[in-house]
Amino acid sequence: MSGDRITKALLFISSLTILLLSAGIVISLFGGSIPAFREFGLRFITSSAWNPTAGSEEYGAMAFIAGTVITSILALIICIPMAFTTSLFIAEYYRDTRISGILRSLVDLLAGIPSIVYGFWGFYALRPLLVSTGLSDQGFGVFTASLVLAIMIVPYATSLSAEIISMVPAELKEAAYSLGATRREVIFSVVIPSARSGIIASFILALGRALGETMAVTMLIGNANVIPKGLFAPGNTMASVIANQFGEASGLKMSALIAVGLLLFLITALVNYLGKLIIKRFA
Amino acid sequence: MHIELTDNIKKRNRTNGRFRYLVIAGSVITVIPIFLIVGNLAVKGYRQINLAFFTQPAPDTFQAMMAASAGEVIPGGIANGLTGSLLMVLLASLFAIPLGLMTGIYIYENSTKRYARFIRSLTEILQGVPSIILGIIAYIWVVKNITRGYSALAGSVSLTIMMLPLIIRSTEETMRMIPLSIREAAFALGTPYHKMIYKILIPVSFSGLATGVLLALSRILGETAPLMLTALGSPAISFDVTRPVSAVPLLIWDFYNDPNMVSLVWSASLFLMVFVLSMNLLARSVASKHKYI
Repeated sequence: MSGDRITKALLFISSLTILLLSAGIVISLFGGSIPAFREFGLRFITSSAWNPTAGSEEYGAMAFIAGTVITSILALIICIPMAFTTSLFIAEYYRDTRISGILRSLVDLLAGIPSIVYGFWGFYALRPLLVSTGLSDQGFGVFTASLVLAIMIVPYATSLSAEIISMVPAELKEAAYSLGATRREVIFSVVIPSARSGIIASFILALGRALGETMAVTMLIGNANVIPKGLFAPGNTMASVIANQFGEASGLKMSALIAVGLLLFLITALVNYLGKLIIKRFA
Repeated sequence: MHIELTDNIKKRNRTNGRFRYLVIAGSVITVIPIFLIVGNLAVKGYRQINLAFFTQPAPDTFQAMMAASAGEVIPGGIANGLTGSLLMVLLASLFAIPLGLMTGIYIYENSTKRYARFIRSLTEILQGVPSIILGIIAYIWVVKNITRGYSALAGSVSLTIMMLPLIIRSTEETMRMIPLSIREAAFALGTPYHKMIYKILIPVSFSGLATGVLLALSRILGETAPLMLTALGSPAISFDVTRPVSAVPLLIWDFYNDPNMVSLVWSASLFLMVFVLSMNLLARSVASKHKYI
């Protein structure tokens, strides 16, 4: 066989591993979830009971689905004003200047900090701050977790939004300026409308990251297996319950945790797909 | 018809100025956390960083308690975490770098084919999978069926699955930036396909590929969640891939759960953050210095 054909075969075979890997992940998650779904049926999704006592075992994922959705959406809400202003700073106000380059690198650094460091910092630096405001007794809970999550996803939303804002054609903006519009008016009547879908997609993709974040949330949310009762109440997310309980699990509980993983996988895949779809339409 | 022209330019200029300040204020708020985190960790973590920190394994909780009550620095360090991280990251790189590079080149070379575009979409989905789920997968595949117990191998499998999509995407994007004329020139000289890849595509895009690999490494070095489900952690220095090993992020998690180890966790976090961020910066400087051709 010639070198050409060997090379082509090698490249093709390595691409097959992605196919096998993806299929394997889906099959293993489904396979591992079967006992839990066979036992509880759809109740596994709608119920928020989580009782590992032998004999009266009862598992439902609703508390964790709620915890994940609430913390992620709250993180997104906190993240939006930060990412929006920062991306305007980088891609509009101080475009192509030294200071915007520095800001961009600083924001990129935020993305580089490991999740566990965020969690630890949140625990020792942010939590006491929240306790001292009197809003929360322990400082654990949905809000603390969301605040740290927001800081963690800001870089993703910012860099993508900035890229999309910088793609708005200069002619459009110049036309608005020549009609006498101020910069703010140009931003709100030209830049944002023409970059809208891209900006929305960048926030959806940031949401996708928040949904699967594990360590920082596990360390800050308080780990209570209930639907959070308020902003400062403890809860648990899908990722954090897996991180907390997988090690000591077996049998039906193990299967229930894998099923939680499967649901998390499906939710993040759906959100990411939606974001990518909008980006592709935009580009 | 009557048109009234009102001059509200003063008001418009005022809102314009205010909005500018809002943008600046928002941007400052965004970057404040990075200074807070780095500053906090540096101030509280530097005391424990000494030679022993890198050469000795983690102390047990009793040793830490004794030292803490005597007001001394906690003995021991993170050597078992360093060796475990090194072992698993090396093993993961061994699988993920060649496979990722080849798959990336495949996707780029066949980008018009349906199959290659499908593989690319799969890669995108894989990239979005939360890392804890990759931990579950490596647990099912390796811990349950191959090593029959927590192991370094299981940890590196989960890290491999994390690295692969990152490297594939960066490879493909790097390849796409190579001017077509270079390939055409090679083909015009009668260069065979495989030589074109090994002697032209890869060398020309080397710095881009290196950046992708470094960024992927800096991502997996800080990963904790999948390792909790696979490598578990171990108090001893071990290079046996079929046995549990520790890792720096796993040690941080252990220290965090032990109230006697608080000062050590600041140092371990400081070290991990500085290491990961320098790798990140290195990757970016490689990328910015070598813009192709």
